[in-house]
Amino acid sequence: MKNWLSPKSTVGIVLITVALVALPFVAAMGGQAWVRILNFAILYVFLALGLNIVVGFAGLLDLGYIAFYAVGAYTYALLASPHFGLHWPFWVILPIGAAVACLFGVLLGSPTLKLRGDYLAIVTLGFGEIVRIFLNNLNAPINVTNGPQGITLIDPVAFGDFRFSGTTQILGVSLSGPQKYYFLLVALAIFVIIINLRLQNSRIGRAWQAIREDEIAAKAIGINTRNLKLLAFAMGASFGGVAGGVFSAMQGFVSPESFSLIESIMILAMVVLGGMGHIPGVILGAVLLSILPEVLRYGVGPLQMALFGKMLIDPESLRMLIFGLALVLVMRFKPAGLWPSPERKRELTEKRAGVV
Amino acid sequence: MAEVLLEAKAVAKHFGGVKALRDVSLSIRQGEIYGLIGPNGAGKTTFFNCMTGLYIPDGGGFVFDGAPLKADAPHRAAERGIARTFQNIRLFANMTALENVMVGRHVRTAAGVLGAMFQNRTTRAEEAAIRQRAEDLLHYVRIEDRADDLAKNLSYGDQRRLEIARALATEPKLLCLDEPAAGMNATETEELRDLIDGIRRDGTTILLIEHDVKLVMGLCDRVAVLDYGALVIEDVPAVVQKDQRVIEAYLGA
Repeated sequence: MKNWLSPKSTVGIVLITVALVALPFVAAMGGQAWVRILNFAILYVFLALGLNIVVGFAGLLDLGYIAFYAVGAYTYALLASPHFGLHWPFWVILPIGAAVACLFGVLLGSPTLKLRGDYLAIVTLGFGEIVRIFLNNLNAPINVTNGPQGITLIDPVAFGDFRFSGTTQILGVSLSGPQKYYFLLVALAIFVIIINLRLQNSRIGRAWQAIREDEIAAKAIGINTRNLKLLAFAMGASFGGVAGGVFSAMQGFVSPESFSLIESIMILAMVVLGGMGHIPGVILGAVLLSILPEVLRYGVGPLQMALFGKMLIDPESLRMLIFGLALVLVMRFKPAGLWPSPERKRELTEKRAGVV
Repeated sequence: MAEVLLEAKAVAKHFGGVKALRDVSLSIRQGEIYGLIGPNGAGKTTFFNCMTGLYIPDGGGFVFDGAPLKADAPHRAAERGIARTFQNIRLFANMTALENVMVGRHVRTAAGVLGAMFQNRTTRAEEAAIRQRAEDLLHYVRIEDRADDLAKNLSYGDQRRLEIARALATEPKLLCLDEPAAGMNATETEELRDLIDGIRRDGTTILLIEHDVKLVMGLCDRVAVLDYGALVIEDVPAVVQKDQRVIEAYLGA
């Protein structure tokens, strides 16, 4: 039996809980926009942890992860919008979305089993684009996805009469739509964190790690590398599908342009920048990379006005410039990521010292 | 005479025009230490790779433990009870020594994704058993005090031992060691010899590829000699040592 939590970790958990509960109310002081930004940060945590299973645990470089997110988002959009006149409940569609995304994961995984590294990255990148282009063009001859116009008026999440859109009063506290979504997202994120943690220290997680380290040796000790790689793809994809469903419901609108290559790269950057395979690192990476651009968006303009009294550089360009610079600096000075797992940190410092 | 554990029947393998194995037939008996020697490039490792499913033989096949070995997937060989080490050590470098051995238990355990997610009683019990067994095996090869070190930080000799422990974790009937003494000094070789002898006494049949003729002749019950992919002789060390063809081919004329 596991021993009880130490007093220190109990205090930690209480503090984190308090912070997580307070956060949407603090953010709301700056306007609902900030709550939405917060929601996206958590959604990205969810996505990054899903991708972490594929990239971090099994070591399979996947540049088309956004495709699964798209599949999940469109599954929800088609089954809960006036587009087909279907309005299935959220909790029915979510597993369907996960299953469809899982199917796509296997679909991508099976032809790429023998590829590694760069070659795998290229195929997955192509796959991501294929999905996006399909979504963009499947409005003829039969209008399935409504093409580039996307699908609008998607039903918000609802459990019975409790709807996640609009403001409701719960126990005398007024909760806005985004704030309600925030709590749903936090619950989902905690779920995915627990699954990640448990998988990491399991028979399956170790087998993934073994494949990442040395595939031939893994085969030689009896690991069925084919099935385990497919499993990694399928699991990662399912999480992407779930995230997509929530995104769809939260936004009320999906279009192919939300699922471009840059999104895949962003999620991968969150995993790598945070610390591949290290769960706290991946969470940190996801939060930073999703919030930082927004902070810059709101901060860069006023800052220039204050410093120079006029706009020297267009805030939008400067934002991406600073963002890019930050990424380069992190990779230069912390190549293992901002918060790497202890092992990986050792690995990279040794390599630099020329020991290996 | 002891029962035959592995029988190779006219195994052939070629890479383009190079005939790496020419109809090699040999048999390994239950409980023996069987040596496979030959000059560099004689086809020893190729033979190993065919047997463990990494290569698909172009002709012939293997019968292991009473049933034919299908050369379709390497992981099947481990399931059937063939474990191996590699000439150039292939550990999971960034996993700890203990984890390396724990991975070795994969093929003899069953917990899946759902088990890992829900951490039910069976999974927890299995996990504890895996850990226990891995610790025992590290103790068995006498590197238990390095359990929490990353595999790549172990000394060369310890890495060899760890690789053997990982192979033993799969509960093999036949343990194949590919040049385990390569690069070892006299003391380390002596210790390795004791370890191999101990493993055999504990009931595992061993196939040993080795360059160290002294080690092979002293340790093995029977020895086969390969040269240019063909079997020269298969007999007890005393006979092999005196064979004129072997002396010419391997020990140098």
